[in-house]
Amino acid sequence: MFYDFSILTSKIHSWLLAHCDSGWTTLLEMVIVGLCVITLFVVLGLIFVYMERKVAAFMQFRLGPNRVGPKGTLQAVADTVKLLMKEGFTPQAADMFLFNLAPFIVLSVSMLALAPLPFAKGLQIYDINIGVFYLSAVSSISVIGILIAGWASNNKYSLLGAMRSGAQIVSYELSAGLSVIAIVAFTGSMSLSDIVESQRTGWWIFKGHIPAVIAFVIFIIAGTAELNRAPFDMAEAESELTGGFHTEYTGMRFAMFFLAEYVNMFVVCAIGATLFLGGWMPLHFGNLEGFNHIMDYVPPFVWFFGKTFFLVWVIMWFRWTFPRLRIDQLLTLEWKYLMPISLVNMIIVAFVVIMKWHF
Amino acid sequence: MINKEEIENLTQAHEEDFILNVGPQHPSTHGVLRLKIKLQGETVVHIEPHLGYIHRSIEKMCEASSYRNFIYLTSRMDYLSAHINNQACAMAVEKGLQLEIPKRAKVIRILMSELTRLASHQLWWAATGLDLGATTPFFVGFRDREVIMDIFDETCGSRLTMDYNVPGGTMFDLHPNFQKNVHAFLKGFKKNLPEYHQLLSGNIIFQNRTKGVGYLSPEDAVSFGCSGPTARGSGVSCDIRKWHPYDGYEEVQFNEVLETAGDCYARYCVRMKEMEESVKIIEQLIDNIPEGDFQDKTKAVLKLPKGEFYSRVETARGELGVYLVSDGTSKPYRMKFRSPNFSNLSALRQIAVGGKIGDLVANMAMLDLVIPDIDR
Repeated sequence: MFYDFSILTSKIHSWLLAHCDSGWTTLLEMVIVGLCVITLFVVLGLIFVYMERKVAAFMQFRLGPNRVGPKGTLQAVADTVKLLMKEGFTPQAADMFLFNLAPFIVLSVSMLALAPLPFAKGLQIYDINIGVFYLSAVSSISVIGILIAGWASNNKYSLLGAMRSGAQIVSYELSAGLSVIAIVAFTGSMSLSDIVESQRTGWWIFKGHIPAVIAFVIFIIAGTAELNRAPFDMAEAESELTGGFHTEYTGMRFAMFFLAEYVNMFVVCAIGATLFLGGWMPLHFGNLEGFNHIMDYVPPFVWFFGKTFFLVWVIMWFRWTFPRLRIDQLLTLEWKYLMPISLVNMIIVAFVVIMKWHF
Repeated sequence: MINKEEIENLTQAHEEDFILNVGPQHPSTHGVLRLKIKLQGETVVHIEPHLGYIHRSIEKMCEASSYRNFIYLTSRMDYLSAHINNQACAMAVEKGLQLEIPKRAKVIRILMSELTRLASHQLWWAATGLDLGATTPFFVGFRDREVIMDIFDETCGSRLTMDYNVPGGTMFDLHPNFQKNVHAFLKGFKKNLPEYHQLLSGNIIFQNRTKGVGYLSPEDAVSFGCSGPTARGSGVSCDIRKWHPYDGYEEVQFNEVLETAGDCYARYCVRMKEMEESVKIIEQLIDNIPEGDFQDKTKAVLKLPKGEFYSRVETARGELGVYLVSDGTSKPYRMKFRSPNFSNLSALRQIAVGGKIGDLVANMAMLDLVIPDIDR
């Protein structure tokens, strides 16, 4: 097989083992992984900020950033420098400790969620056997950070935004979880690498018939809602709450919320791509040997990032074309429509799996 | 309707109340309006508008200016209908002078008024999108508005507050390119109008946000003194251009747009259809601008006879009344403007109480308030 990253990682591992004992090896590997994650974080932040602005410009017949660097690519860097230079203002009435803690919670949660994602063949930080479960567990912690931010700011708009966000994320967690369970039922495993491996003969969105498509659509809707992005940006809702939970945040602490939002977007889209669109697995069709072979020549990380960025683009597309929902309509959508549909879909999936109707 | 006891109960502050000050600096108030709202969870239970943050005493300032000059102060009231405000003032003075302005001036005034109305509605549409959380309409609306602004710029030398009307007609003649540019604009706008509907009108989220929200009954619309699209959305026929035609509106063919639903979506539809009607009016007149003077000869210093003069026009937001009392000198003795936004704002409590915060924002957007016009 081409482009196997496990060769590289095992080489690093054996080289480290040859030079120091196993304890140090583990520690050094953790440091390397940590550095990689932080680098990925920064790179993703820069790419997404640039991409969002260019997509928005494309939707709104503008040019977007085009002054800093070639084609404006360094605009995000300039913005980051600006945010770093700004005063990190803490309101006098705010709860100092919690106010400063909240952005770190939100940021570290999105970092944690990167752990079980298979970026390419053999390129995975931690192949945990309950990967899907881990992801849904970790992603629900971010709401705590947002609630803390809203509460500690001692601002009525922030509080309202945080409460909205709490209600929203807790609700949409359900249907996001249920749609993920559909794929777990198809695969019979919670490990993300197993799920990718099971799509060698075709992606689940093709193999899983209609229930997989329904699960995919629900996942994208619920995922967008969990990200607090338009049309579900109730927590921010700048025309209603002037900025929601991050109204009082300035400088780098605001940037952390911002960065966390973009990395969360990457994580949600990566999960969507991994579960439904085959992750790093190239486009394969049953037994078309020649076609499958040609597809294998495209490196797996290109497939993974291609699919993820496609989903990111879809979510950006939502943001720049849809108006915002109202809070009660948001909850109605979840509890009256998405939730029952995903429950029924679950039963259909179970039925399909038992009857072995999927390919 | 809320009865008296409930109102007393609501207006008194309790310790457990959640009072939110929306404004004076807030993205959806479009200016320095301050709404003190009382919340129960997300539900708005009481609204108290606080005005006066942009009060410039325009009425009093008018009394210190000559009849030629006071007109231009009124551009700063409803700055999105600046030309129509000027027209109302010029008409009041012309009434005092008993002046019949030339036909060409009338047609130019109507053309400019309708272009102003279009520009104002486009900006309203753009801002509505922004208020409801959609960003792209803002750019679509401004793209077409920009063309109108350029047309104004060419003829009047100014984009927003054009100050084009003088007592007796208009200040200068039309720019030679005017007709050509207006034709180009109409062509482009008619092509773009379906895009407006695709982006907002047909959107299911938008319809859910506006349909059935902020119901204003026709009786309430009349009793609050609402006018313009706000009242016509409730089925109250109140178009001054139809009821009391001025400056030659009686000679053009157009329909008064009426919707009966009385909710935000009805008000939205009225404005969208009014844009089409404005296009119709411009199309009828643009190729038939009569030759002749664009301005009647008037004295350098205007003196109105003793008396009271009233003129009313239909601005983009409703009925603007100009009440002028003259004591025979060269300056008005008393000026009073009946501004549409002030009356429309008074209906806000009626339509937004009981809704969510999001509904309040939608209602504000559909009332299309211009704050300097409320305070003057």
